[in-house]
Amino acid sequence: MNTLINRRLLPLTITIALFLAMAAFGALRYDGFLSPQVFLNLLIDNAFLCVVAVGMTFVILTGGIDLSVGAVIALTTMISATLLGAGWNPYAAMAAVLVLGALFGALQGFLIQRFNLAPFIVTLAGMFLARGCCYLISTESIPINDPTYAAIAQARIPVGGGSSLTIGALIALAVVVTAMRIAHSTEFGRTVYAVGGGESSARLMGLSVGRTKIGVYLLSGLAAALGGIVMTFYMLSGYSLHAVGLELDAIAAVVIGGTLLAGGVGYVAGTLFGVLILGIIQTLIAFDGSLSSWWTKIVVGALLLLFCLLQRLFEGRTPRKP
Amino acid sequence: MSNVEPEIVLRARDITRAFPGVQALAGVDLTLRAGEVHALMGQNGAGKSTLIKVLTGVYAPDAGSIELLGRPITPASPIHAQELGLSAVHQESHLLPNLSVAENICAGRYPRRPWSRGGGIDWRETNKRARELLAGLGIVLDVTQLAGGLPAALQQLATVARAVATDARVLILDEPTSSLDADEVQALFALIRRLRDQGVAILFVTHFLDQVYEICDRMTVLRNGKFVGEYACARLDARGLVAAMVGREIANAEKPAVSHVPADAATRPPVLAAKNISRRGQLKPMDIELRSGEVLGLAGLLGSGRTELARLLFALDARDSGDIAIDGNPVRLDGPADALALEIGFCPEDRKHSGIVADLSVRENIALALQARMGLRKFLKFSDQCALAEKLVAALGVKTASIETPIGQLSGGNQQKAIIARWLATHPRVLILDEPTRGIDVAAKQELMREVLELAQGGTAVLFISAEIEEVVRVADRILVLRDRSKAGELERGCGEDAVYAMIANAPGAPA
Amino acid sequence: MKRVTQHALFWPATTLVLLLIASSVFNPQFLSLAWRDGHLYGSAIDILNRAAPLMVVSLGMTLVIAVRGLDISVGAVVAIAAAVAALMIGGSFSASGEVASKFPLWLALGSALAIAAACGLWNGLLVVKAGMQPIVATLILMVAGRGIAQLLTGGQIITVYYPPYFKLGNGFLAGLPVALWIAALLWAALHFLLSRTALGLFIRAIGGNPEAARVAGVRSSAITLCVYTFCGLAAGVAGLIISSNVKSADANNAGQLLELDAILAVTLGGTALTGGRFTLAGTVLGALIIQTLTSMIYSLGVPPEVNLVVKAALVFAVMLLQSPEFRALVAGSARRTGAASK
Repeated sequence: MNTLINRRLLPLTITIALFLAMAAFGALRYDGFLSPQVFLNLLIDNAFLCVVAVGMTFVILTGGIDLSVGAVIALTTMISATLLGAGWNPYAAMAAVLVLGALFGALQGFLIQRFNLAPFIVTLAGMFLARGCCYLISTESIPINDPTYAAIAQARIPVGGGSSLTIGALIALAVVVTAMRIAHSTEFGRTVYAVGGGESSARLMGLSVGRTKIGVYLLSGLAAALGGIVMTFYMLSGYSLHAVGLELDAIAAVVIGGTLLAGGVGYVAGTLFGVLILGIIQTLIAFDGSLSSWWTKIVVGALLLLFCLLQRLFEGRTPRKP
Repeated sequence: MSNVEPEIVLRARDITRAFPGVQALAGVDLTLRAGEVHALMGQNGAGKSTLIKVLTGVYAPDAGSIELLGRPITPASPIHAQELGLSAVHQESHLLPNLSVAENICAGRYPRRPWSRGGGIDWRETNKRARELLAGLGIVLDVTQLAGGLPAALQQLATVARAVATDARVLILDEPTSSLDADEVQALFALIRRLRDQGVAILFVTHFLDQVYEICDRMTVLRNGKFVGEYACARLDARGLVAAMVGREIANAEKPAVSHVPADAATRPPVLAAKNISRRGQLKPMDIELRSGEVLGLAGLLGSGRTELARLLFALDARDSGDIAIDGNPVRLDGPADALALEIGFCPEDRKHSGIVADLSVRENIALALQARMGLRKFLKFSDQCALAEKLVAALGVKTASIETPIGQLSGGNQQKAIIARWLATHPRVLILDEPTRGIDVAAKQELMREVLELAQGGTAVLFISAEIEEVVRVADRILVLRDRSKAGELERGCGEDAVYAMIANAPGAPA
Repeated sequence: MKRVTQHALFWPATTLVLLLIASSVFNPQFLSLAWRDGHLYGSAIDILNRAAPLMVVSLGMTLVIAVRGLDISVGAVVAIAAAVAALMIGGSFSASGEVASKFPLWLALGSALAIAAACGLWNGLLVVKAGMQPIVATLILMVAGRGIAQLLTGGQIITVYYPPYFKLGNGFLAGLPVALWIAALLWAALHFLLSRTALGLFIRAIGGNPEAARVAGVRSSAITLCVYTFCGLAAGVAGLIISSNVKSADANNAGQLLELDAILAVTLGGTALTGGRFTLAGTVLGALIIQTLTSMIYSLGVPPEVNLVVKAALVFAVMLLQSPEFRALVAGSARRTGAASK
């Protein structure tokens, strides 16, 4: 029994082990690395990536992909900034962009499911559309001056020992916990895994494959909108060039977190650690000071390579889908 | 023996369904009774799978009625059919390999925890239910393990268990034994008998005639979409059944084929000789020789290593040990391209997955191997390809509208013939045929067997693999028997099926 | 008529024609050609010139997609190739006022192309030998490759001062842009290779059913490796054209979003993402459609930001039209309304 559980959790264990190894490396090499705030900053600085990557996890678990999330984040910031500038109540603005994000995702999911289109292309077009709408609203950055937003952005929740978290980081944690519960304990979550395990088999079993497929894209769009809200707390501006390339970081976080791109296997907790690993790479490079930031991309690429090769080895030992 | 007629659970009358260009069903009746195993028989294209799809709500019938326990029903979808009490296990039903056995069985019907205790799926209860359900059917296994780790037979049993978990009154099993060996088939039959005794009406579709007579009580025969008749198994023997399916009397036993191995065969080195070849986990070290003009039959149960041996000889899989020699000269065989260059051909077991390229035309499929051997630069001109394809299509009797038709549109039997044509085009000295007659109707089977004999007559060394021992015995000059992934022994032509069974089973009295 | 509409190239060709007509309507000078400075001059020539690098990359992408693969690293390879060439040429002013190149031009170009091909080979090895999914395998180079390009250039834009280099992106030959000649040559070479040798058949077999092709004796691994290597090489050629055109190498932005445009061009042209059948001519049409659209939007005075929205609409339209489920839906409702009106 124990060995079976270990086998299933092996990719996750590897991810966590890697994170701890990098943390240990940093602690040994740089002074002040082990301060709690350094680790909390990992979550604070990457809170929006975390939210988006969690949404992306569900999509990838069904064997799909969502390339539009970065563009949706940017669009969310633009719409938020515009609404706030027009005098909207901040909470109403947040609600509005969340609904828009969910609808956007649901529309993509509908096209993919109903007309059997490739997720890659549909979400690619979605990315063009969202980014294009950003530019239509404005090519300049729109500052956000709403006092509620400013207050939220500056708020710090102390967690003891002088360190603190932002509201954004708390939102990210809440999203992770909620997603874990959805994935493990709800029918929708289990159907997501089923679809990833074998769509035609799941259909023959009578599971609601169609609704689930639309649902994951809705979730991803919602997560992207929420990530956009978190980003507005962080940046206090709306700008078309926010989050360019973020979808790739999200996919990298999901893969490094142990989820198979083919679908069916993976944990939300893994994605959290994937995000933390991406964060710690940047922190290590910043602490070093001598390496240019281009190295971040190269290291992330190398890590992706390592994890994908590991996944291939792992796949080689477990049976393939029919 | 009870004198009471078992109650009629399902009565389908006058079912009719057409698709563009073909009348799949024309006035078909089906009556299923409680506590009875009913066989649905017919050749490929007779309408069996269409009828099942109508019963399970995948298609709506153009005409006709379905009554369940006296009430008319119109299943609108497989889920709806399940709710009505009609469960089906299709040929393509698979478990989800990444979920546990318990999850597979309970998917869509999870027991929930009450909101007071947090809501969500109750996993302990799920595992418990799955365990109890399987135990009630005589199956004991660890329900928390991933379904993908189960052997194929247990997966099949678990699939059936899921199908009956919904208190089904009717269970439809579509070709459930295709990938099972004899022991596993018996395990499945035990389960079927248990369900039958519980009063479930079971519809059993198979093309293995012996299985029909072993497990079924009654059978319904379809031919070309029409209802031929319903018979009690005790009243219609195998010959009569085949006659009903095919529409004409077929000579029971063909004349045994005449051996045409040239007299001096023993003195020449074998065309292909493999010594000590093995692959970890798939085949233990063994020797095999193929001689020109000889048909070597390969017999054994599923899992005995037949296909594995074939794949090693053709270098589809890398061998862990052993040498291969052609005409006595050792050769390097690193991949199928090398084998092809050495004039070896291989017709795979699974033509859909490893045989046809569905979107390419019949002509392109036939020319593919020959072109692959000729390489990139020497390109077969279009006219040459056409001539080649036309010739082989005519010779093998491949039914196709034209050689430009995408091969995916042909029926299974004709696809098989086209793949054999592909290898014939390369004029191989060695041809390995892995289950060439699987899933093909009776008439096409006879034609293929005749082709095999003609090939050998022309000097090709043929390795003929089939699960149907009767075929192997009829056509082979020598039979190599495999057991548990190693060689059990060799038999000569004329040994009879019993000798083969005995050697497979390693029973006393088997020839040494 | 039905045979015409069912021809594989019908939809892309019609779309391009409609776009050209629309452009002419908005800009009557659109299709006019003049002869100036020893070469053809006009909006149409401009489009052909700008479309050339996209055409080149898309041709490579077509073959990769045909073998059921995908290469999203082409943008990064463009940046790398441009960086290598720019660094090796540079161009410094000598005492006499002439510009000399650091290395001989042929060496610089050759190195850039060799490195680009090596990138393609790397991708191919990951897919064929390590068995990775193409999206994943090329994602790695897409992420790391841009970092490498930035490392090479130190994040700066490297300006090239060597005039002979500019000919690639700006020069003319027999009246037409050199870049167009390069693209046309590549297309012709590919067409010859694919139809006069067995390569076309093998690629379609590998894409149609990789396992069946392997069993039939096709050397799938070798062919797939070659296809990915060629895609890298094509990206290198495009990188040289692009950097020559702007006389510099910008590791941050060169080739940004190019992979997406290339995949779009291939899909617009009618090649399915699922592999198997492919069409080079369709891809060329697809690249022209994208470029015509961009130019049309620009010439309309519409803000260039609209470009993305229009591309999105185009992708949706083409995808839906290519989907059998969508066509069935439309046909079904047409039949129903037709029946109702009787």
